Amino acid sequence: MSKNTLYDKVWDSHTVAKLDSGQDQIFIGLHLIHEVTTPQAFGMLKEIGSGVAFPGRTIGTVDHIIPTLSQIRPYEDEQAEKMMAALEQNVNEFGVRFLHLDSGKQGIVHVIGPELGLSQPGMTIACGDSHTSTHGAMGSLGFGIGTTEVGHVLATQTLALNRLKVKRIEVTGALGPGVTPKDVTLRVIHDLGIKGGLGFAYEYGGDVFDTMSMEGRMTVCNMSIEGGARIGYVNPDETTFEYLEGREFSPEGEAWERGLAYWRDIASGDDAEYDDVYEIAGESIEPMVTWGINPGHSVGISQPLPEVGSFAGEDRKTAEHGYDFMDLRPGESILGTKVDVAFLGSCTNSRISDLREGARLLKGNKVHPGVRMLVVPGSQQVKQQAEEEGLHEIFNEAGAEWREAGCSMCLGMNPDKLVGAERSISTSNRNFIGRQGSPRGRTHLGSPAVVVSSAIAGCIADPREMGEQA
Amino acid sequence: MSTKRIEKIVGKAIPMPRDDIDTDRITPARFLKSITFEGIEKALFCDERENTPDHPVDNPAHKGANMMFVGKNFGSGSSREHAPQALKRFGVEVLVGVSFAEIFAGNCFAIGVPLGVASADDVNELIKQAQEEPETRFTVDIRNATVSYGERVISIDIQETRQKAFLAGTWDMLANLRGNLPQVEEVAQSLPYVTNFESEAQ
Ligand code: SF4
Repeated sequence: MSKNTLYDKVWDSHTVAKLDSGQDQIFIGLHLIHEVTTPQAFGMLKEIGSGVAFPGRTIGTVDHIIPTLSQIRPYEDEQAEKMMAALEQNVNEFGVRFLHLDSGKQGIVHVIGPELGLSQPGMTIACGDSHTSTHGAMGSLGFGIGTTEVGHVLATQTLALNRLKVKRIEVTGALGPGVTPKDVTLRVIHDLGIKGGLGFAYEYGGDVFDTMSMEGRMTVCNMSIEGGARIGYVNPDETTFEYLEGREFSPEGEAWERGLAYWRDIASGDDAEYDDVYEIAGESIEPMVTWGINPGHSVGISQPLPEVGSFAGEDRKTAEHGYDFMDLRPGESILGTKVDVAFLGSCTNSRISDLREGARLLKGNKVHPGVRMLVVPGSQQVKQQAEEEGLHEIFNEAGAEWREAGCSMCLGMNPDKLVGAERSISTSNRNFIGRQGSPRGRTHLGSPAVVVSSAIAGCIADPREMGEQA
Repeated sequence: MSTKRIEKIVGKAIPMPRDDIDTDRITPARFLKSITFEGIEKALFCDERENTPDHPVDNPAHKGANMMFVGKNFGSGSSREHAPQALKRFGVEVLVGVSFAEIFAGNCFAIGVPLGVASADDVNELIKQAQEEPETRFTVDIRNATVSYGERVISIDIQETRQKAFLAGTWDMLANLRGNLPQVEEVAQSLPYVTNFESEAQ
């Protein structure tokens, strides 16, 4: 059993009671809500005549269903309009803060939480969306929940949860040129498998994480769930505190000092014990791209695609299905695979550093005529920042579409979708069949650098071969 | 604490003799779009009811029934919570069948609908009884894990931890969590970030 890790400390300090089910009742420090997973939960509150227990610890926004071409209402999609109206009514009725479209702060929940200083070290953070693991980058325990659980948090600010084991993922040394946090997370999932993290929280550490930016840490923690780990976190350090200082909801003055003391104290101790440790040498990580139909189906971009025989049992069937669906063959190179769409966005890679990286590589280049490229900022604040820096002009000049904040083409719930059997290279986090809105659409996941180099080349391309730029 | 003990359910039964009835048949996919569960009972088997003139759910002889007898692998397919919600809101308080899909069973437990598992022969007998003599009053006894009518007593399997939770009334997780609200307040007070570090934590 793990001991004295951040996970253990936060779990223990947030435990309310031991339940008859054998689970622990855990206090939730921050509850983020959005339009998709809340209407039924609010309905449940009304049925039992309950209010929101801690409205001050709940905050809402809209992200999944809003169109990114124009956020102006009413929406063409009746369902989207209905969800929006329901959320507006519920936050009003229950007195919950809501970052609406006119707030200037709307965005994907997992982008705005850290951006506003809402997500802080040592908190438990829940949201009705699997990628809530993102907030682990702040040194908190963030995890996704279902609609029924959203109701539980609204009514009691607690959840019934099973304690997880803790696996330390240690990435040593340094990353090579052109290798990014996205490649680190894809490599972890590649090595440990999409079920490797079931029952675990991942603690990421080692030199590579010590020197990684906060936004890079968010990219890695975001995809923990794709490896089966409901929670992934990095211990808070000076990088974390520097990022947090001065954000809208961060403490100030003396409170800031008290915050620092709490945050330093909550990090895993030197004597922390783990249930398991996995080590990767940073130098061995290449830019990664997925070739199949789950995020574990990935390959170092210069490596031949894996033989089906390297998978066992059920996994072999999935791999065969993956090759078939993606129209690729083992042993071949992924480089040169033609793409129709390039998507730079989603809660994995839509922050300002992702856009800066994209713009840096696109500058002076053109998106290939055969490629439709979408650049979608993760929040209104990211959009504004990018425009102040003139990044949107670089995207527009290169022939990419610069959009409004939202989830966009990460999932098929808004107008941004693949069409027919289109093939995309995407910075999002799921390459499941149908995920990007077309049942026959094919998705390759990669870093912002891989997406941009591929958008320029018209086919999957190695960002390290973009000459001086990469 | 919770007073929602479930010990005994007595009433008429709706017989649903087929196997592999999936959640899409129980509540067709288009109802996923609805944003509340209110009125979801209208969706119960609605597509097949439309095409089957004497569907058991519409048969006046079964009106007022509060339990359902089903075949093998009931509730398979998509994990939607709509299916058990529709059953419960329609008035089905307990189901007895040959087997149930796992996620469906979990979703039923969460809303307090016990599931009893019996052999195919026993289930067929129950189904036949409900079909031939729809006025029969059945008793599902959760404590003794039996279904009975007249002199006949049939044993059923109820998953042990769930059986206990039904009897103790602790199946209702939300009620359990709400029962501890005073302790929740205490834990909140002890966490310095709850006041955004404006005051020393206690
Ligand atoms: S960007 Fe994608 S993964 Fe992230 S919250 Fe939106 S839909 Fe979910």
